[in-house]
Amino acid sequence: MNIPLELKYTKTHEWVRIGGESVTVGITDYAQSELGDIVYVDLPTVGQNVAMGMPMASIESVKTVSEVYAPISGEVMDTNKNLAAKSETVNNDPYEDGWIVKIKMLNSNELDLLMTADHYEATLGD
Amino acid sequence: MPYIPHTEADRRAMLETIGVGSIEDLFVEIPKDLRISGLDVPEALDEHALFAHLKELSERNVDLSRTVCFLGAGIYDKFIPASVGTVISRGEFLTAYTPYQPEASQGYLQTIYEFQTMVAELYDMDLANASMYDGGTAMAEAALMSAHITGRKTVDVSQAVHPHYRQILETYCWSMGVEVRVIAAEDGATSDYSGVAGDSACMIVQYPNFFGVIEDLTAARAAADASGAMLVVVADPTAMGLLPPPGQFGADVVVGEGQPLGIAMGYGGPLLGLFATKREHVRQIPGRIVGRTTDEQGRVGYTMTLRTREQDIRREKATSNICTNEALMALAATVYLAAMGKNGMRQVAETTVRNTQYAIAQLTKAGAKLKFPGKVFGEFVLELPRDATEVQHALLDQGILAGLPLGRYYKGMDDCLLVAVTETRTKAQIDDYAAKLKAVL
Repeated sequence: MNIPLELKYTKTHEWVRIGGESVTVGITDYAQSELGDIVYVDLPTVGQNVAMGMPMASIESVKTVSEVYAPISGEVMDTNKNLAAKSETVNNDPYEDGWIVKIKMLNSNELDLLMTADHYEATLGD
Repeated sequence: MPYIPHTEADRRAMLETIGVGSIEDLFVEIPKDLRISGLDVPEALDEHALFAHLKELSERNVDLSRTVCFLGAGIYDKFIPASVGTVISRGEFLTAYTPYQPEASQGYLQTIYEFQTMVAELYDMDLANASMYDGGTAMAEAALMSAHITGRKTVDVSQAVHPHYRQILETYCWSMGVEVRVIAAEDGATSDYSGVAGDSACMIVQYPNFFGVIEDLTAARAAADASGAMLVVVADPTAMGLLPPPGQFGADVVVGEGQPLGIAMGYGGPLLGLFATKREHVRQIPGRIVGRTTDEQGRVGYTMTLRTREQDIRREKATSNICTNEALMALAATVYLAAMGKNGMRQVAETTVRNTQYAIAQLTKAGAKLKFPGKVFGEFVLELPRDATEVQHALLDQGILAGLPLGRYYKGMDDCLLVAVTETRTKAQIDDYAAKLKAVL
């Protein structure tokens, strides 16, 4: 299971890449493999406000539809439009081309609530 | 042949396998005082005597072989081509109910795909789902979908929408915390939309409406736009043979009762819900859609989609509580529409209008008045000089199902009768109705 060390994680299987005032969010390699073939990603609207722990997008696979929860509160700055035609990118490249949204952080203190790679890996054992 | 698949030996073997002495022992967990001891039912009859008994019971019903039907109000006495019964009685279709391993049922999926295509064309909408239980639940689902899409918690429904549909709407909306507001109808049509406010998720009108009157959908669309509401139209599929379909007026959702498309007037069903909408709403629809695709070798194949948004999988986040479709009735409608074709649908609609206009002329000559001034399609409201329920009973004694007395549904309409005239009514039947009506007024 690929769990890049430089990223932060949530227990609901989102990853967070911090870049100054904003963060990029996607779902982990573990999440994509559990979902199976992803057929559609329902993205939020740019400009929309999201709150930590609340659903902000949904991912439809052949098995189910799952929520993507906002790992941090803020405003949606950008969404990955390429997923509309190529949702399988989330399966093939979850940490790079398969990113889902970019969020402008409201309160960077919330970052302290996220997990490190080691911590996240430990939760997968449950 | 009795339809009892297990022999005494089978039952003994099963009981021995699970280590239980008798069938009665399976119920020991249930306290004695909660169990029924002895039912007050007559002794079992033999097959022949039972058949005679059931026949006698069934003959107490009013059936269409002994009456002439002018009763509609949502369910209509229409011609059904023999091909419908022949196709839907085939074991491959009749026993399949709903495909649980859908991709293994390519034939059934193809019929559902064709059904969706025909419903979408009939209503002139981008897409239709694989069907719903009936027109009433389809309408309620359309209202909840509108609330979900717009994020608003109020829906507006015309008073001239079928009263039963509005009851279903109330039930669905109550459970979801959505408020239902009623738009008053004047002279049998919806015209004053001033009560529809900026908090409205959708506006629901029926076309033709419950009174048979053809609503002005241009005005309805404009009123919906003025408050940012979605427009939901409940449309009679038969009328689409003649009237411009709701899609041409920009309806956001079109729903309807599919019974007029080759389904018999059953006592309480089965019915068929039609549900069509715009492409942009496809992932918000209740139920599922069958798609057409190609396999790895380029061969055409059909696949069931959107199942993952249904309640058995998505629980409280589901798009709706429907987790199935009305497959056999959808098949009946598909065979009906294929058999009738575009020209057949037009002929049925034209004959309906001609028969209806003739009936209006004859029944008004007999002493009734046409209640509303608006143009009608295949149904209309008569105002009688006496109580409509009494007239209904008097005519039923003479073999005529005269229509639906409206006093039960609308205040001050005790003397009103809703009369339906389908393409199957003859001049002689209408003349007979008029003569008998004249005699009882």
